[in-house]
Amino acid sequence: MAQIGYSKKVMEHFMNPKNVGVIENPDGYGKVGNPVCGDLMEIFIRVMDDRIDDIKFRTFGCGSAIAVSSMVTEMAKGKTLDEAMLITRKDVADELDGLPPQKMHCSNLGADALHAAIKNYWVKIGKIKPEEAKEEEESHEGEACGT
Amino acid sequence: MCGIYLDYQSASPVDPRVHEFMERYLSCDFGNPSALHSRGLAARAALEEARTKVAELINAEGPENIIFTGGVTEANNLAVRGVAQRNAGIGKKLLASSIEHISVLNPLKGLLKSGYELALVPVDSTGIIDLAQLESLISKETILTSVMYANSDIGTIEPIREVSDMVHERGMYLHVDATAAAGKIPLDVQKEGIDLLTLSSNDLYGPQGAGALYVKPGVRIQPVLFGGGQERGLRAGTENLYAIAGMGEAARLASLEKAIESSRLQAIRDGLIKEILTIEQSYLTGHPTLRLPHHASFRFSRIEGESILLTMDAMFNIQVSTGSACSSRTLEPSHVLLAIGLKHEQAHGSMVMTLGKENNPDQIPAIVNAVRKTVDRLRALSPL
Ligand code: FES
Repeated sequence: MAQIGYSKKVMEHFMNPKNVGVIENPDGYGKVGNPVCGDLMEIFIRVMDDRIDDIKFRTFGCGSAIAVSSMVTEMAKGKTLDEAMLITRKDVADELDGLPPQKMHCSNLGADALHAAIKNYWVKIGKIKPEEAKEEEESHEGEACGT
Repeated sequence: MCGIYLDYQSASPVDPRVHEFMERYLSCDFGNPSALHSRGLAARAALEEARTKVAELINAEGPENIIFTGGVTEANNLAVRGVAQRNAGIGKKLLASSIEHISVLNPLKGLLKSGYELALVPVDSTGIIDLAQLESLISKETILTSVMYANSDIGTIEPIREVSDMVHERGMYLHVDATAAAGKIPLDVQKEGIDLLTLSSNDLYGPQGAGALYVKPGVRIQPVLFGGGQERGLRAGTENLYAIAGMGEAARLASLEKAIESSRLQAIRDGLIKEILTIEQSYLTGHPTLRLPHHASFRFSRIEGESILLTMDAMFNIQVSTGSACSSRTLEPSHVLLAIGLKHEQAHGSMVMTLGKENNPDQIPAIVNAVRKTVDRLRALSPL
């Protein structure tokens, strides 16, 4: 029952989140979550030479959701888009020295928002079809709050 | 530095006078109250003294109407299951307000398996029970109605006298969970017509691990724990003597001091509410006036309560509580916040402050400043 007690890393990122804010006219934009459950995360990316040159986020959610957003943006910054697509939900949780079990769904949001932003960019440049970008957003709809 | 603690309803420190009082029951008079030697007799005397002190706090008919338990959850289980099982021959209908504590609601729901019927009486947007609904739901078969004295999530005080009149007109017993109210506002089980009443030791600044159930003379109830027949057979198990002695002393001090202490806390609380509500899109939850004197509860739009709690703690060393889904084990928001009609996303922004002994008016500016900064910080992070 590791409900309470976030790792030091989680608290660091929660208290001093990196890459907070908005990018005007972003190259890619991803938004996932469900405000009914309290989770809503959006990620903005600026792409240069196929790399994530700049990345920003805004999150409505718990301490874990905010820390995860901060961490995933740090992890993605400077990576090529293909590399960033390989960042998994688990990678984010691991980088934060773990999350309490019932908070794992928040870590899902981080990687999902990032992937959604990348796919949004790929759709814009015609690399993938819009249908292929839908996945992340849909994967959270209708999901119970606790999953 | 201990910080500014504003979560007294979750856990309270033990009053140093209570602590001192308890010591001899750990080191000298620790005997088993059932033993016949002098140590046992001393323990028995301490137990009965505690009973008298608790009885006086709520104006019970006599000390024999107080049953000590291991805490509130156990007292609530005894009230609900003990009454329901004993009176099943008369009826199997159970009623409760929709904002009861989970240690009332869960045993009630557990009885559904045994053929009981349960109806929950709604509350209005301030948390006051809907008396018309209550009246329409009570019938001859309603053996137990459970309505709390005051709610710990939103501070609202229920109209117990009116509830009691309705219950006794047609139904049978009224159980009142007074965990949050005891020691804060005057309680009188005889004047208010209460049949069973739950009390907590820790909420009175007594130690954890003790609670009590008042059972009015003549109320038909059976035990839920079986063993050595302690507590008039209603709660088996060797008495947790030093905790019970502490609860008794805490009850005595509460009887003496609660009026003055409550008005002191209310002044601080009113200051906090006034200042905090100047924050944009902040709202009081619960009733504006019919609320516990030490209780202030809010919601802020566009931000989440666990983040509020963590920021207040880590940045300002101020401890508060929240009814947000994100901070609960089940990731469900407080059922109380939903019962007063809040949407899930509104319930998310909940922050609860409960004041106690160590708070003073000088803390108001620091607390308000911390809340303001916390809300600003989280809103700057929020996409909403
Ligand atoms: S956002 Fe609700 S638990 Fe993390």
